Amino acid sequence: MTTYVQTAVDPAEDTRPPDSDRSRAENSLARKLVAPALVLMLLVTAFPMLRALYLSLFNYSLTDPDAREFVGLANYATALSDWLFWKTTLNTVGIMIITVAVELVIGFAFAMVMHKVIFARGVIRTSILIPYGVITVVSGFAWQFAFSNTNGFVNSWLPFTPDDFNWFGQYWSSMLAIMASEIWKTTPFMSLLLLAGLAQVSEDMLEAAKVDGATWWQRLFKVILPNMRAAIMVAVLFRALDAYRIFDNIFVMTAGANGTESISFLTYRQVIEQFQLGIGSALSVLLFLSVLVVAFVIVKLFRVNLADARQES
Amino acid sequence: MGKSLKANLGTILGCALILIWCLLPVAWIISLSFKSQEAVRVGSPGFFPSSGGGAGWSNYSDVLQDGQFRQAIFNSIGISLIATLLSVVIATLAAYAIARLEFKGKKFVLTTALVIAMFPVVSLVGPLFDMWRAFGIYDTWLGLIIPYMSFTLPLAIWTLSAFFREIPWEMEQAAQVDGATSWQAFRKVIVPLAAPGVFTAAILTFFFAWNDFVFGISLTSTERARPIPAALSFFVGDDPFNRPSSLLAAGAVVATVPIVVLVLFFQRKIVAGLTAGAVKG
Repeated sequence: MTTYVQTAVDPAEDTRPPDSDRSRAENSLARKLVAPALVLMLLVTAFPMLRALYLSLFNYSLTDPDAREFVGLANYATALSDWLFWKTTLNTVGIMIITVAVELVIGFAFAMVMHKVIFARGVIRTSILIPYGVITVVSGFAWQFAFSNTNGFVNSWLPFTPDDFNWFGQYWSSMLAIMASEIWKTTPFMSLLLLAGLAQVSEDMLEAAKVDGATWWQRLFKVILPNMRAAIMVAVLFRALDAYRIFDNIFVMTAGANGTESISFLTYRQVIEQFQLGIGSALSVLLFLSVLVVAFVIVKLFRVNLADARQES
Repeated sequence: MGKSLKANLGTILGCALILIWCLLPVAWIISLSFKSQEAVRVGSPGFFPSSGGGAGWSNYSDVLQDGQFRQAIFNSIGISLIATLLSVVIATLAAYAIARLEFKGKKFVLTTALVIAMFPVVSLVGPLFDMWRAFGIYDTWLGLIIPYMSFTLPLAIWTLSAFFREIPWEMEQAAQVDGATSWQAFRKVIVPLAAPGVFTAAILTFFFAWNDFVFGISLTSTERARPIPAALSFFVGDDPFNRPSSLLAAGAVVATVPIVVLVLFFQRKIVAGLTAGAVKG
């Protein structure tokens, strides 16, 4: 989608003189057409975000609204000095890195298979969309019940766990179950994006490499992957930001027990369950800022790679 | 010969793995929904209902007779459909402008959409909760439709503008040269070409709205507007300490089947829509 944005603003396309009547008319028509979408998007994001920024400066609890008082940056100090905030951030980052890495590998393998397969193509492509279509809450339930030690099947299928092993009894196994549901649900999305990227790798180049005697692994790492950089970047960026917002699975599967809270979950709990709008708003702002940091880091990381790739060729 | 057989075997194995991956959890929740509540209460591990532990369709009839559940389904259908319809209309206007017209601020619109698509939804829940209560639209359909619309707009705008860029707009002029009025040219030539894209955007948008959970649990408090994912998560049954998992599984199946059928039916369009914005250009 990033590539699309770049082409959409390609200045080379704008060949008309900037001040002709026609371009002025186009400008005003376009503004009228775009206005409803823009207003609506800003109304529900920018405005509430500014309000969160404002509320975060107050000690404000809905259970005692009259006691609202201005406290400056105290809420931020409280959040940032609390181990719980860092613990949930660490959880979120961990979930993001592990799930996206696993999804990238499995998603790519799936994309390779789907790219190759000729028979049953429709069946495979259809079934890959099933996890995408299943509601996240339902996927959370399915996996929670599957891992359950009283009614699930995972313990009896896995050779290395005792039959009464309680997956939701401690931190690591709970996190594993949460990540399993996340990975199951979103790998198909990843593989579809990668499949589209795979389709753009030129067959001629692969054939040439084959003729030159390149092995399968050499072709994968020297031809296929470098030519798919843009598609991989888009897939990773979108999935990573999506994973960073993880909430539904955790709410359903552990409700934050055993220290499995994500930063989204902590924010939700402060605002909706405890009615602490002041500190909750501070957390909202911090969550928003951390998403920006994650996006920035990923874009930077990949840009370096893209520049390297250009120098090589 | 031997090599191609090996490669084919790999592909077949890969296909089998994909199918298992996609279908296993779904098969599991369906299987669970046919276990009797008694069997689940005493604990019945295993994939399939153990002998005598089956419940037939009774979980389904229980779920469908539940007033709260039916109301939640009704809410979800109504809210998602209205949000989809409005969002697609507004996104079509914007996407047409982006694909077809040159104007100042195009980059701003696209960047805004991009940022919103990445927005951490939970960070808006607090202020929206507060604002909606002040406006009196907390726990109403409208209170959910507005956030669903603005959060589906970026997806719809991308998908649609990617589709619209592919339309050969010169055909419109060609029709006009052939004597059609500009309205006729637009309606007879462009609308049929744009319709599949609009439809795809509508399906993806509907998906998003149906899937939403964060707004569903935080901007509602009663069954008046609570959508199905939220209702499922609050579903406790008769015994609050023992979640009725087989009943819940039946509810989950009922909530998921329509959307999965939709997916299966329109899979080509969905794949095109998901990848159009991402890689074309």
